Amino acid sequence: MSDETKPGLKSPLRRKLLMGMAALPAVSMLGRPAFADVPATSAVNTTGLAVTDSEVTVGILHSVTGTMAISETGSVEAEKLAIEQINAAGGVLGRKIKFIQEDGASDWPTFAEKAKKLLVNDKCAAVMGCWTSASRKAVLPVFEQYNGMLYYPTFYEGLEQSKNVIYTGQEATQQIIAGLDWVNKTKGAKSFYLLGSDYIWPRTSNKIARKHIENHLQGCKVVGEEYFPLGSTQFNSVINKIKLTKPDVIYAIIVGGSNVAFYKQLKAAGIDLSKQTLLTISVTEDEIDGIGGENIAGAYACMKYFQSLDNPNNKAFVPAFKKMWGEKTVIGDVTQAAYLGPWLWKLTVEKAGSFDIDKIAAASPGVEFKGAPEGYVRIHENHHLWSKTRVGRAKADGQYELIYETADLVEPDPFPKGYQ
Amino acid sequence: MFGDYSISDLGAILAMQGFAGLILFSVYVLMALGLAIIFGQMGVINMAHGEFMILGAYVTWMTSNAVQHVAPWLFPGYFFIAMILAFIASGALGMLVEWALIRHLYKRPLDTLLATWGLSLILQQAYRSIFGAREVGVELPEWMMGSWQATDSIQIPINGMFVMALTMLITIVVAYVLFWSSWGKQVRAVVQNRVMAGAVGINTEKVDRYTFGLGCGIAGIAGSAFTMIGSTGPTAGQLYIVDTFLVVVFGGAASLFGTIASAFSISQTQSTLEFFLSGSMAKVITLLTIVAILMVRPQGLFALNVRK
Repeated sequence: MSDETKPGLKSPLRRKLLMGMAALPAVSMLGRPAFADVPATSAVNTTGLAVTDSEVTVGILHSVTGTMAISETGSVEAEKLAIEQINAAGGVLGRKIKFIQEDGASDWPTFAEKAKKLLVNDKCAAVMGCWTSASRKAVLPVFEQYNGMLYYPTFYEGLEQSKNVIYTGQEATQQIIAGLDWVNKTKGAKSFYLLGSDYIWPRTSNKIARKHIENHLQGCKVVGEEYFPLGSTQFNSVINKIKLTKPDVIYAIIVGGSNVAFYKQLKAAGIDLSKQTLLTISVTEDEIDGIGGENIAGAYACMKYFQSLDNPNNKAFVPAFKKMWGEKTVIGDVTQAAYLGPWLWKLTVEKAGSFDIDKIAAASPGVEFKGAPEGYVRIHENHHLWSKTRVGRAKADGQYELIYETADLVEPDPFPKGYQ
Repeated sequence: MFGDYSISDLGAILAMQGFAGLILFSVYVLMALGLAIIFGQMGVINMAHGEFMILGAYVTWMTSNAVQHVAPWLFPGYFFIAMILAFIASGALGMLVEWALIRHLYKRPLDTLLATWGLSLILQQAYRSIFGAREVGVELPEWMMGSWQATDSIQIPINGMFVMALTMLITIVVAYVLFWSSWGKQVRAVVQNRVMAGAVGINTEKVDRYTFGLGCGIAGIAGSAFTMIGSTGPTAGQLYIVDTFLVVVFGGAASLFGTIASAFSISQTQSTLEFFLSGSMAKVITLLTIVAILMVRPQGLFALNVRK
């Protein structure tokens, strides 16, 4: 599927042409790139997107106000960094990326409205955006109706696939199964207490976790499963239940402000995370900032990226991010996934040799990004990413220490059989 | 569900669960007190109550940072300073708001609802612009963390006991101020008959301003105390506002005793149900019960009999 539409021969040729352009600054100073250096706009943009001879416009659509601003700020920062780096490296098909930022304001109808504005009025060639599943579900019909391209960064519950979306975060099985296998094998864990905030992502994830624990792990059982309304701040009762049932593993998918309350109260109740195994898939370095490292030290998290990863890409990425956004900022899993969006789009456009949405959608499968801070990623036919699953252990300084990573990339499986 | 557990295990859990209920009770009282004063004594529905609490939380966070930089030796006790500063900051902001906004709306109680809701949005965005959109982590001194080992299997959270003690202290002070001090008598006089109170020489405007300030100041202390158990972010105040209103309305708006009784019944129902059912179901059943009771008794548990 990946090789049908892409003009493979053009690629190296274009790269040479771009190099040629770099050697001819006089040409670009005229402001109008010579026809021979950069592919003609009429050739690479046949559907009227906001692409000129020198510029291409993309949209950034996140909440910078409202409750979700806490989480989405990191994604905006990462996307802006990626765009700046791509521009510094010559842009996309010789065109600089210009971005238009809209605020979803933590309100799902607003997301849909702004998505429509970005696609219909601004003709954005791609949109990096959304964070919660609710906001993605709100914009999905807009992207399908007006044929736009969305790069969605958050790990999420799966059960979705669209021609118009590239999911740069993990779907549920990528985040859950390897982590449960790991905790079963290395910690000898047999009993699990599942916790979550009460909405679709934790519920779907825990459903997958329960099926995996009961059907695929020998002699393991779930001793409790419980959900709390979003924003709950009182966890003393459930902590007592945990003390009574003494599970080998607390499996926690609590989000937002509740997270802070849960870990503070867990510690205050005398549950020592250096002895009690706790595995979470909802606490990144971003959340630890609010929780306080001393309150969560010792917990395990299953993610695909940690700021502390030791590889050359990440060693370049972390300082660049901090240089742009301040020494104190931290980078969580989703922030890294958001950083992948603009890069994957650029690589896909160059593979397709066109900005046309249909061509990008068709060219996406097989696109690889070797410069990903998490190591290496590749787009699957189902528009999700192949990526590794990793387990880290929280330290008091707010960083994770890498404990385990899968040997191979884990295949994305948004509609897992036997887990529904 | 209890077949597999030993008697001593169950006893320990029962004790800890009892404390969990009491802690929840204290939390509810603490967050509702400020609102009860403002709503009960002045009839103002303060939708920005949560934001006044978060101001207290941010003041605590700033105090913690400042103390760590300037006088690290003070750190173990900084929380007490922070609570006083939180009271002053939220109280001062409250008086400012009363002067600039609320006093023009006393005759239009429903408009105060809109105005204070707008104020809550403004404050949220102000926090976001000043302190950043991300949550901040408030560092606590070591002695306030962890738990007190009562027996081998019973652990009581220290911060929970701290909140309980603080709530008791503040309730006593508030009760004293409102019921036994001369200023309290003026407040109650203004509540019962504003015109008449003015006629006998009470400066009603001043009483209003200080009452509002006191309510907001207590919200600030509550916010400061809740940094021990919850999050501090621009919109964290929203987490508390619903429960707060629930407690005040259920208790009967004008009654301090009603607020306490209502906090007690809601917290006990909630924590018992949470233990036997699950978190979300406990909330649903608690809310349904409250709705049912309020349908039968719209004035709440305890209402003052005032001739209208």
